[in-house]
Formats: sequence, C-alpha cells, structure tokens
Amino acid sequence: MGFLDRLKEGLAKTRKGFIGKVEALFTGRKIDEETLEELEETLITSDIGVKATGEIVEFLRDKAKQGEIQNTENVREFLKQEMMTLLGPSQPLIISGERPFVILTVGVNGVGKTTTIGKLAGRFISEGKSVLLAAGDTFRAAAIEQLEIWSKRTGAQIVKHQSGSDPAAVAFDSLSAARSRNVDVVIIDTAGRLHTKSPLMEELKKVRRVIDKSMPGAPHETLLVVDATTGQNALRQAEIFNSAVGVSGIALTKLDGTAKGGIVFAIKKELGIPIRLIGVGEGIEDLRDFDSKEFVEALFS
Amino acid sequence: MLEALSEKLESIFKKLRSRGILKEEDIDAALKEVRIALLEADVNFKVVKDFIQNVKTKAVGKEVLESLTPGQQVIKIVNNELCGLLGGAGAKIHLSPNPPTVIMMVGLHGSGKTTTSAKLARLFKKEGRRPLLVAADLQRPAAIDQLITLGKQLEVPVFHSKEMKDPVALCDEAVRKAKLDAHDVLIMDTAGRLHIDEGLMKELSEIKAKVKPKETLFVADAMTGQDAVNIAKNFNEQIGIDGIILTKMDGDARGGAALSIRAITGKPIKFIGTGEKIEMLEAFHPDRIASRILGMGDMLSLIEQAEQAFDRKEAEKLQEKILGESFTFEDLKEQLKKIRSMGPVENLLGMIPGFSKVKNVSVDEREFVKVEAIINSMTAEERRNHNLLNGSRRRRIAAGSGTTVTDVNRVIKQYVEMKKMLKMFKGKKGMRMPKILPF
Repeated sequence: MGFLDRLKEGLAKTRKGFIGKVEALFTGRKIDEETLEELEETLITSDIGVKATGEIVEFLRDKAKQGEIQNTENVREFLKQEMMTLLGPSQPLIISGERPFVILTVGVNGVGKTTTIGKLAGRFISEGKSVLLAAGDTFRAAAIEQLEIWSKRTGAQIVKHQSGSDPAAVAFDSLSAARSRNVDVVIIDTAGRLHTKSPLMEELKKVRRVIDKSMPGAPHETLLVVDATTGQNALRQAEIFNSAVGVSGIALTKLDGTAKGGIVFAIKKELGIPIRLIGVGEGIEDLRDFDSKEFVEALFS
Repeated sequence: MLEALSEKLESIFKKLRSRGILKEEDIDAALKEVRIALLEADVNFKVVKDFIQNVKTKAVGKEVLESLTPGQQVIKIVNNELCGLLGGAGAKIHLSPNPPTVIMMVGLHGSGKTTTSAKLARLFKKEGRRPLLVAADLQRPAAIDQLITLGKQLEVPVFHSKEMKDPVALCDEAVRKAKLDAHDVLIMDTAGRLHIDEGLMKELSEIKAKVKPKETLFVADAMTGQDAVNIAKNFNEQIGIDGIILTKMDGDARGGAALSIRAITGKPIKFIGTGEKIEMLEAFHPDRIASRILGMGDMLSLIEQAEQAFDRKEAEKLQEKILGESFTFEDLKEQLKKIRSMGPVENLLGMIPGFSKVKNVSVDEREFVKVEAIINSMTAEERRNHNLLNGSRRRRIAAGSGTTVTDVNRVIKQYVEMKKMLKMFKGKKGMRMPKILPF
C-alpha cells in the first residue's frame, strides 16, 4: 500500500465527514450566505477555530462576489488553495548530519508521547539507524516500564534511572551513552505536563539546558506531541511549550478517530511551527510524515 | 483571551442604551459575542446554536433589574441557562444495595482513566470502604504496572493478571475475587479505545453485560474539542454511560467539552480531575464551569454581588428619595455600607471590565471608615438637613469622629455635590444606581 493510500485510509473518516458535507453544500447550489454559514459550521466543527474559519469564509465570500466561484469544483479548489497556503510547504522530520541526532519530546498528559516515541524508534531502526531512548518521564507511574516495552519491541537501546529521579540527569546520561556507543538517534521522553504548571515547565527548561550543555546545538528537534482530539487549547499548549523550550515541530496524534485536528492550521498560522508527523493508528507503521499537500488532498479527494 | 472577551462585551454594553426591558437588537449584539466565546471554549457548534436560540427566546422582553445594565442582564440569563444545562451540583456515585458495587471506567486513550480510577479508589477508602482496583487495560504497554504502582501508594489491592488476555474474563474473575475477599467497591480500569473501533467497543459492551456495573463512568479530557459530541454520543449509545468525569481541569482549557457532552448524553458530570496528584479529584460545580466556559468569571461574580447587595425594592426606594430631593446623610451611609459589604473596593474595581487595566487605582479603605464615623457623629436632624451644619457643629463632629474639621468639610462638600449631581438625573426615567463613591 502506497503512502498516500495509507494516509487516505487513516483519514477516511475525516475525509468522509468533511468532504461529504462540503460536497453536499455546493452541488447544484449558488454560493449564498446560507451556504457560507453551512461551510462555517463544517470548518468550526473541524476545530479549525473561529478566527481561521472567519478568514476562510471571508476569502470564499470575496471569490464568490468576484464570480470566481460558481460550482462545487471551484469551491474545492479555492478551499484547498486557502488551506494549503495556511499550512505552507511540507517540512518533514529530517535526520541531519548531527550524530547523535537528538529529539526531545514534550507535551501535555495523555497525548501519546511515549507511543509516538516507540513508533518513531521503530521507523528509524527499520531505516537501519541505531536508536537510544531516554526514559525521561520519571514522574508517572510505570512510564519507564512503558518505554522499556517499546525498546524491546523495536530493538532500541534505553537509558533509564529510577522513578522519581531528575529527568535532566537521565537526558545527560543518555547523551553520554549515545556518544560512547556511537548511536545515530537519541529520543528523549519527558513526563506529560500541563503548560500551566510553571514549576514543571521550569523543569523542562532545565532538561533542555542540560542537553544543550552536554551537546551544544542539541536538541536538534523539539517535538511537541498534540492530540488531534484537542480543541482550541492546543494553540495555548504550542505557544507556551514554544516559549519555554522552543518547539521545532508538531506530531499530531490520534487522527484515526473522528476528530479533524483542525487546530494545526492555527498553530501553523500563529506560531509558524510545522507539523512533522501524524499518528493514524496503533501500529508502528501508523506514524506518518505530515505532508501538507497530501494532507489537504486527502481531506478533499 | 479572557481579558479580550470582557473588553469586547464592555464595549457592546456601552452601546446598549435601552433600559426597562431587553430588546431583540441588544440581545443579538451581546449574544453574538457570547457565541464566539462559547465556540472559542470548544463548545460544539450545534450545541452553541441551540443554546443561543434558547437564551434569545428567554431574554426578549425580560425586565432589566435596576442594579444591572442590559448587557449584564443578558449575561446573567446566559449564565443561568448554562448552569441549568450543566446540571445540578453534587451528583454522587451510586452504590449497589448488594455489594460489591462495580464501577467501569471508559474513554478514549489518554483521557486519564487509570489515574482517575486510583483517585476514586482513594475516595472510597477514605469513606471506610474496601475498594479493589481492576487492571483491565491489557492493551497499553505497562498500563497494569501503572495501576499496581498507584495501588501500592494508596494501599488498595489491584486485581491483575499478566496471563489472562481476555478483559471480559478478567473482569468477571475480578468480581468473583472481590466477593471472596469482601471488597465492596470494584473499579475497573479498561483500555482506552476509539469510539469508532467496532471491535473494541463490542468488547466493552461484553464486559458490561458480564459484570453489570452499577456505574459506567465516561472519562473525558477537558481539553477536548468539537469532536466531544461524537465521542460521547458513541460511548453513550454503544455502551451506555451513567456519569461523566472531566479530567485535566487544572489546565487553562475553557472546558466547553463539558457542555457538549452534557447536552449530547444528558448524563451528570460527577467529578473533575484537578491535578496529577492522587488526591486531586473534586466534586463538580456547574456554576464554576459555566463562568469558565464563558471566560468571564469575575464579571459574573460582580453581577451576583451587585444583585445581593442592592435588592430591587431598596433601589426603588432610593430612587424615589433622590427624585424627591430627600437624599440624606443617612442614605449616603446606607449606600457606603452596601458597597463595602460587596468586598474590598479595590477588588470590586478590578472586577469591572476596563478597570482591570488601570492597575494603580488605589482605594483607601480607611476613607470609608472616616466618612462613616463622621456621619455617625451627626445628630439625626443634622443628617437630614445639612444646612444646620455650622462651624461649631462641624467642630463637634470632628471631635466626636476623631477626624479634623477639614475632613468634615470635605465630606459635606462631597455630599452637596453628590446631591447636585443626583438632581441632574431627575426626570430621566429608569435611571441607574448613582455613583456614590466619596472620592
């Protein structure tokens, strides 16, 4: 199965709902206020947000006034165009020449950080890279065990301390180990934390500082994991994690449900942070590169 | 964001000139902002639509209370409706007449089922019951270990098996075990699953059919977006839920999902999770969530306090007095008391949208004490007729109230000016509570 097929399959429900509605809207009808209102509903229920939705609807209203939109095909093209512009060009996660290439994974509780790390490790290992996981979630009960299971499943190495120990120390040790063992990729797990808890955000800053001290320039990727089910709060999460540790990419998980994950449009627009990866299922192969063109195409095809 | 909403509403309320009853156009303007606020809070689009329609119907033609502006009145109606929709406070977990009471926790991945299960077990243990936690999440790596660790912390036993692969059989076995060991509450932590995963949803129905839980609790993340309605609807229709627990309320999500889930399932919200620590589970208070969803908690409490302090009849009496030019020192004293009963004046000012920006407004509370003391040192006659207050009377009042003649003079001057100002209101119908701050 090709990449696009798999993505499409994962997003089938999303597409069905979204496109079904948009198509029903425009088939054989003129673009009037009522249609635009219905479109507004479709966009808002995708968690795209009131503001972004307003902009898109305005855009379509203008185009309709100028006579550029007349039928279903037109509307789709315009919508695709507008949403692609919002997302910008695809910027997948690329493992550059740095060795080890250090990835720091952050996010609020329950978004799927550990699972994403496990899948990511599986991907790199299948590409022939050596991977070391750092069990930096020393807070949640059995989080270390959970990462250990992933390390066994994928064949990735693991550096762990005891539960309750300093996550910055775990990160430091993992980098030392990675250098001496000549590992290609280090993925550092951290405890889920609400962005509103400033002591926990300070702890995360410390982890980042220690990483940078141990290996200047690292982490080379700071991945914020976002649950596609999350509503507008995901933007706040992105803002605050970004100002604390500098987020360089988003992994959007749980896209295999009925949630549309539309908040990524706002995250891209407001903060310019690209979406790197999407999770479309429970299997190791269900973590995919985010490609804005294919993402929008998959939504609209 | 919260600030922005109060500011927006403030500017709209300024435009609302009509008094007496609420007119449709006023309501529309205010409700437009309320709609945006609700959508920004992640309340589902359709739920918002119904809600706004409902409020509009209720608000048109409604009288505006004397102490409120029309805008505040609209917000008050909105708030009442929200609270009504969110349901009563203090929904309890029902216990079976024949123990053990089986509680089944269900929800999506990462919603907080395992942590919440442990929190519930702690609550039951505190009540003197003998809970048993059941590690029925056989999907997520180390989920069993997580529950065992939490159980150890709480000194609550955890039923688990690393050999059993079928959660239905495991839960059934757990019930047998609970009866044997005289546990009176079983809390089953099931695996997180997607509401559209037919296989796993069927498995959940099978567990339910087997163990017949007294309570099936749907655990939902407070940060959930528009999809909350689909998720809740599926779980409720396919499994049947008895209550809702909203987790991660310690974040800054406005929690509109609470309203969506309530509206779609009609089931009560029983608890909210307010932190990672095991004791952080609280009873649900609809009023608090309502103001949070609206994003204007302070504004609502101000409205509430104003209503309590100035009841309508008193306000009418005061109005008559002012119109009849009989506003006396006695009335002034009464008003000051009311204002002060609403809490520290600085806090009150902070609650008024717009004022929050003026950070260095400082109000000297002692000033109020002084004015009151001065009025208290006047004779009843002097309070009714300030023209009697000659130099010697003023000296007496100053001595009696422990102030200076300058202070007394200032209070009298302010009173006279206030009276003048009040006279200007005369003839204007439906006037509002006058400004009576002595500075």
